[in-house]
Parts: sequence; C-alpha cells; structure tokens
Amino acid sequence: MKAVEVKHLYFRYSREWILEDVSLELEDKEFLAIIGPNGGGKTTFLRILLGFLKPTKGEVKIYNKPPNKASYLIGYVPQYTTFSTDIPIVVEDIVLQGRLRKGKFFYTKEDKKIAYEKMEILGILHLKDKKIKNLSGGERQKVLIARALSVEPKILIMDEPTSAIDIKGQNEILNLIESLELTRIVVSHDVKILFRKVDKIAYINKRAIIHEAPQLNIPKDRHFCEVELIDFLKGEECGI
Amino acid sequence: MWDLINTSIYAGILLSIAIGIIGSLIVVNKATSITGSIAHGSFGGIGIGLYLGVSVIVSTLFFTILLAIVLGVVSLYFQDRKDSLIGVIWALGMSVGIIFLNLTSGYQADALSYLFGNILLVGDSDLKFMAITDLVLIFSIVFLYNRFLAMSYDIEFLRLRGINVSLLYFYFLILTSITIVMSVRAIGIILILALFTIPPLIAEKFTKKFYQTIILSSIIAFIFIASGILISYYYDLSPTPIIVLIASFGLFLSMLKRS
Ligand SMILES: Nc1ncnc2c1ncn2[C@@H]1O[C@H](COP(=O)(O)OP(=O)(O)OP(=O)(O)O)[C@@H](O)[C@H]1O
Ligand SMILES: [Mg+2]
Repeated sequence: MKAVEVKHLYFRYSREWILEDVSLELEDKEFLAIIGPNGGGKTTFLRILLGFLKPTKGEVKIYNKPPNKASYLIGYVPQYTTFSTDIPIVVEDIVLQGRLRKGKFFYTKEDKKIAYEKMEILGILHLKDKKIKNLSGGERQKVLIARALSVEPKILIMDEPTSAIDIKGQNEILNLIESLELTRIVVSHDVKILFRKVDKIAYINKRAIIHEAPQLNIPKDRHFCEVELIDFLKGEECGI
Repeated sequence: MWDLINTSIYAGILLSIAIGIIGSLIVVNKATSITGSIAHGSFGGIGIGLYLGVSVIVSTLFFTILLAIVLGVVSLYFQDRKDSLIGVIWALGMSVGIIFLNLTSGYQADALSYLFGNILLVGDSDLKFMAITDLVLIFSIVFLYNRFLAMSYDIEFLRLRGINVSLLYFYFLILTSITIVMSVRAIGIILILALFTIPPLIAEKFTKKFYQTIILSSIIAFIFIASGILISYYYDLSPTPIIVLIASFGLFLSMLKRS
C-alpha cells in the first residue's frame, strides 16, 4: 500500500492557482524532503495532505484513505509556533496532546510513559513542568516535535521543524528524523536536508518537480553552491 | 438578616465555582468579546420573557443558546468578520429586549433588576438552578479537561486527532450561555463579563497548570463576592457594582506583581 498518493492535484484559495497539477507517490517508510521558495505552496500542500484544505481538483490518498479519514495516522509539526502562549499550560500538557483520541477522555500511564520518552529523545524532559510562555522559540519547536512523535504516527509531516533551532540542535533533529522508521515529509529551507538519507525531493513552486534522491548523486563531501543546487533541482529538463 | 446573608453567601459559593470553570475557559480561549456579546444580547430573552409573561429564566436560556450557536458559526466560519459580527449580535440582542419591553406595560423597573441583578435577593429556586449548572460544569470540565486545554492551545492539532472541534467549541459556548443565565438574578447581565474574567486573569499569573487556574479563580471570585455582599449589606448599596469595584481593585493589585 502506498503511504501517499497525490494525482493531478490542483488547488486555489480564490482565482489564482496555488498548486497546479501536482502528482506524487510515497511508499511506506520513505522520507520526502520538500523545498521551494516562500509562497511556493509548500504549507498549502501539507495542509491538503492533513485534510485541512480540500483539493480544488485531483485526488489525494493517505494510506488509501481520504486525508480527513487518515488524520489519526499523522503526526504533525506546524510551521508557526506563534499560537497562544499566554495560557496556563506546561510542556508535559502539550506533549500529551499527541495521545488524545476520539472517545478517550483521560490519559493513561502508558500515555505518560510515551510522552516522557519523546521528551527525553528531544532533550526537553527537564522542561516538562515549565510554562510554555517561558520557553525559547527553539525549545517550543522541540515541544511540538515531541508532541507529533507522541502520536506514534505512521506518517510524520513537518513544516520547517528546525527553523528556530540552533545548528547543533538542527543536526540532532535531522539525525533523529533520519533514524525514524516511518513515512516522513519534511519541508525545509535548509539545503542540509538534501544531504540526508532522503528518498525523494520535491521542489514546489506552484508546480512540483519530483526527484528520486538516490539517482541525484548530490556530492556529500565536496564543496557545493546552494543556489546552483536549487537551480538544478528546479530545472525542468534535468532528465532525471 | 443572617438568613438573607446566608442565602446570598450560598449563591456566592455556587457562582464562584461557575466563574472558576467557565471564566478560566473564556480567558484561555480568548472568548471574552463573544461572552460579552452573549451576555448583553441575552437581554433580548429577558424582554421576550417579560412580554410573553413566561419564566424569564427559560426564555433567556433559549435566547442565549440561540445567540451562542450563531456566534459559534461566526467564529468558526467567518473568522475575518468575527469582530464586527460579535458587536452586531451584542446590539441586536439588546435592541430586541428593549423593543419587547416597550410593548410590555409596567415592567420597566423589573427589567432594571436583570441588568444589574442583586445577589441579596436570590431565592431558593435560583439556588437550585445554580447548583444544577455547577454540576453540569464540574462534570464537563472533568471529562473534557484535556480537550478544552488542547482547544485553547492549538485547535488544528486537536482536529487532527480526530476530535470534533466544532462540536466542542459549540458545547463550550452553550455552557457559557447557561452560566450567564444562572448568574442573571445574582449579578445581572451588564457586569457579568468583568466578574467572569477578572478572577481567572488574576489566577493565571500565579498558576502553571490550567486546573490550578480554575481552582484559584474560584477562590478569588468567592473572596470578591463575599466581601461585596457584606459591604453592600451594611452600607445598603447595590452589590454587583461593589463586587466589580473590589474585583477591579484586585486585578490592579495583581498587575503590580509583574514588575
Ligand atoms: N488562507 C489563505 N488565503 C489565501 N491565500 C493564501 C492563504 N494561505 C496562503 N495563501 C497564498 O498561497 C500561496 C502559498 O502559500 P504557502 O503558505 O503554501 O507557501 P509556502 O511555500 O509554505 O511558503 P513559506 O516558505 O513562506 O512558508 C501564497 O502566495 C500565499 O499568499
Ligand atoms: Mg510555509
């Protein structure tokens, strides 16, 4: 069963197309990196996969289900961490939200164990009783990643998960994402992600250009120029 | 005399529990203006009740729940125009109330008592209604605590977890309406907003977890209400404005804490 199937997807908010004829397939446990310019439609694309937006045309399936029926399989890290921080809520409360389920009202011991495990992995266990208001931007991002992992998802969807995190932390989180045995879709403005064990790379700017990563042979050890690399990835006739 | 004070202190306890729960939810969900709109708009229900000669509590309950549903639709589906629509519904409800009062002869003075309430005058049947509302609120917050907290932090994530967030939000607004109606006799509709939101605003500063905020706001609300009752009784003043004055002073004091 394919993890993600997108066929001839078109999307617009009003008159102008934001996504045009996007097709993409992802196998179970594959790692897809999405890059592209600001306003290119990356977040919009993710929000369609999450079922928050309906395609204007085309078909989207997540593990053979329409997105709104597959949401329980998804762990999601949103792009912006700017939602209400001035509420009385501590890190542990937020990470536990990954354990919420339909028809379940209270967290179990098992839920707490999983949440603690994920906080440990992200190195934020010592912050568990801290109010979200008193955390730095990078720490908040780690909280959201821990929350997404607490879902124990089949597919992890992350929208620039490391934009506020320092270089060392970024590497640690990329290592972590790389090591996870589940389907992963990560949007990033940081080309470092392309040097990871990604299976596919999508360059999204209204239209999407999909590359099979292993065939690209991106030099992993030599000096490279980021701009040229991006130019190469968006070149329509790169023949790959 | 002690009977009078006793009953109003009981009312104060029941009211404080409700304020602790619903007030905290209103504050963390940033639903202050929606609550103001329902509270003031509920005057329409009061006018209709007096005009028809039916129980004002019942007519107001129906009317505020209707307003809550309209406001729920507005805030879930008309985000962009939310602000103005909230103001419109606020004014619309009050206008309906005034028009029906014009059509009703001899009830004007009665109407005033609904605007500011009087906790010294609540009766046993009011206490019963308040107690039932408290039970509904306590039951709801116990079962829905995790959901409400998640809703106030990140509603999209909650939706992704397969939880019907629209339903949850409507339920929250309906609980708010019921709580407003239960408070009408005791504190009226004009000053409800201040009394619902000031205790949680203070409590939030001193608590880390949401349940602590709820408990502390209940205690703070009770201190305000009880002292308001005693002062207004001995000096023969309207209790609601006194309570609001004390609460505002408390809020002012708590704001000094930050610096
Ligand atoms: N709710 C909306 N209503 C109308 N237009 C929108 C809405 N959200 C986004 N857009 C438009 O859709 C386009 C794509 O936006 P999107 O957020 O998907 O870009 P992105 O690739 O994620 O950009 P970034 O790298 O800055 O995060 C933009 O031109 C934006 O103006
Ligand atoms: Mg984006």
